[in-house]
Amino acid sequence: MRKCSLEKIEALFEGLAKEMPVYLPVDGSDGEAHFTQWEKGKAWSSALNTQRSAKDFFFPQTEDLVAFKTEGKKIEIIDVRSEKEDYVIFGVRPCDVKSFEILDRVFLAEPVDSYYKSRREHGIVVSVACTRPAETCFCSAFAIDAGEPMGDVSAWRTEDAVFFRSNTPKGDAFMKKIEAVTEECDDAEVQAQKEKIKKILEKLPLAKLDISSFGAGKTKELFDSPLWKDLSETCLGCGTCTFVCPTCQCYDIKEYDTGHGIVRFRCWDSCMYSDFTKMAHGNPRLTQMERFRQRFMHKLVYYPENNDGLFSCVGCGRCLAKCPISMNIVKVMKTMGGKENE
Amino acid sequence: MQTITRDALVDKAVSLLENGTVTSVLGWRGGEFDYDITPSSFTTEEDIRKNFVWNDFCGANFSKYLVSKTKENEGKILVFLKPCDTYSLNQLLTEHRVDRQKVYGVGIPCQGMIDIHKVKQIAGEGISKIHIKEETLEVTSLYEENPISMALQEVLAERCVNCKSKKHVVCDEQMGDAGEALESARFDEVEKLEKMTPEERFAFWQDQLSRCIRCNACRDVCPACTCEKCVFDNPASGVENKAAANSFEEKMFHIIRAFHVAGRCTDCGECSRVCPQNIPLHLLNRKFIKDINQFYGEYQAGETEGSRAPLVDYTEDDGEPGDMFDGGDR
Repeated sequence: MRKCSLEKIEALFEGLAKEMPVYLPVDGSDGEAHFTQWEKGKAWSSALNTQRSAKDFFFPQTEDLVAFKTEGKKIEIIDVRSEKEDYVIFGVRPCDVKSFEILDRVFLAEPVDSYYKSRREHGIVVSVACTRPAETCFCSAFAIDAGEPMGDVSAWRTEDAVFFRSNTPKGDAFMKKIEAVTEECDDAEVQAQKEKIKKILEKLPLAKLDISSFGAGKTKELFDSPLWKDLSETCLGCGTCTFVCPTCQCYDIKEYDTGHGIVRFRCWDSCMYSDFTKMAHGNPRLTQMERFRQRFMHKLVYYPENNDGLFSCVGCGRCLAKCPISMNIVKVMKTMGGKENE
Repeated sequence: MQTITRDALVDKAVSLLENGTVTSVLGWRGGEFDYDITPSSFTTEEDIRKNFVWNDFCGANFSKYLVSKTKENEGKILVFLKPCDTYSLNQLLTEHRVDRQKVYGVGIPCQGMIDIHKVKQIAGEGISKIHIKEETLEVTSLYEENPISMALQEVLAERCVNCKSKKHVVCDEQMGDAGEALESARFDEVEKLEKMTPEERFAFWQDQLSRCIRCNACRDVCPACTCEKCVFDNPASGVENKAAANSFEEKMFHIIRAFHVAGRCTDCGECSRVCPQNIPLHLLNRKFIKDINQFYGEYQAGETEGSRAPLVDYTEDDGEPGDMFDGGDR
């Protein structure tokens, strides 16, 4: 374990940024933190969560896949990929780090998504433990420990220092790069912080969220429940929950005419949208109730069924904070589990 | 702090259900915390008595729900309307989007709603309880021994700080005192933008709109956006736009939407309330309202049912297009 005093953290970023781009949460003009490329003057935000999740790095909202150019009868296919250099994502919270595992199981399974893979391989993930979880946090329901973040390097931030521990070979290389501004230390302070975090986590209002009504094998039991109708009644059908979600992974592939050729790109899609998965015969989910149900069934039943019981929610709480009508996965789980108003 | 109590609204809802005036009630349902209120229908006394909520976080405007609700429901729907909600309903009635016969509107006074984001900016994460007493809001936090106190005025939603009216322009029954339209400073921010150079203004909107994630929440909540199928969602329209391909398209969506609702937008402020990216979208709409006021005389959409908006009406006093090209300095 190595320690960097907070006074030296600027020097740490500066040193790293000489070698590769460093992205970290920075407070924006709207009062929330956004992942921003470090440059002199940009300070590491202490905000709990970034407004958008860290999935953007590996799975950006829009991404060009390929371009075509035609000249007479000749067609040229152009590889537009540009992500060829390593970069650091600094200060990722434990929930967002866990989301990478969930995305990996989708994009890195056969057939491997080479776009995602390339971004993933070039990214060095430095996570940071949560010292001030919010009332909307419920990562512990999914066995995520906010005091023990994963990633290539784990970090803990105290009043006056940041502690680093490598978890992977990529992490080892990172530790070498920051050697000059850090010093070897024991883990006493980190252990103390972990204890503190544990106590806070127990006090969180959603600490005892029960997820047992969901999981693999529950499709029949839950799909036809009459409760979906009431839960989805006032859903606006916007894409907020899906776009702020670190694990939502659906996308659409489109093309546009640049005037000089064609660019094929993909962009995030949302199961909340009326044209989601629209096929030649039409749309398989005609009502908002069906679309709403799809989102929660996917996260809490279908995904676990296909992925060894792993839930596709990490309890980051963004949807709780952002849904225009304050309907969310926690309310769904409590209502379906017969535990509303508890 | 609201002057009308939850109990008064509950009693009203229960009595209207019991005497058969209405068959369902559109109201607010409580959530996990004191502030996460969900719009919801109630059809039984038990449900209302147990779960109906009315507090300073009941900002949602129900008017747009009436478009689909009055189509789906057989019976009459009781809807509680804050003054600004009534402007939206009136505008929808003007556009024949809501079946008036199926609506029983109860006007309720509103002292302004709280913006939870402003509370969080001051109190930080870990809000476990919110207590409001007269003009003060107190937050009990997981991280502080003593409650964090703040003036209510300080955390009021922007649209409520600049409240345009306390008057109910449409309802079947009114609870509490009747209010009046107010003088507000709602165009001050627009004036600031107007005073910028084009480059500064461009930079301002570039910064704001570059955060847009095209979740469409602003459109989906907007009572003026009631197209059955938005062109931006329609693969057959040729302009379907699931995500902005570049920074031009990013701006295009919001500017086109502002044009589309110009003259019909009542300035209810729902677009900015729901934006997950905190983009002050209402400023675009207010610019149009301000311009319309300037070019055609004062006009408030939704104030009178059946009124013709200046942009779809012709009078001999209308300004010439040239006036607009000159920047409207007439």
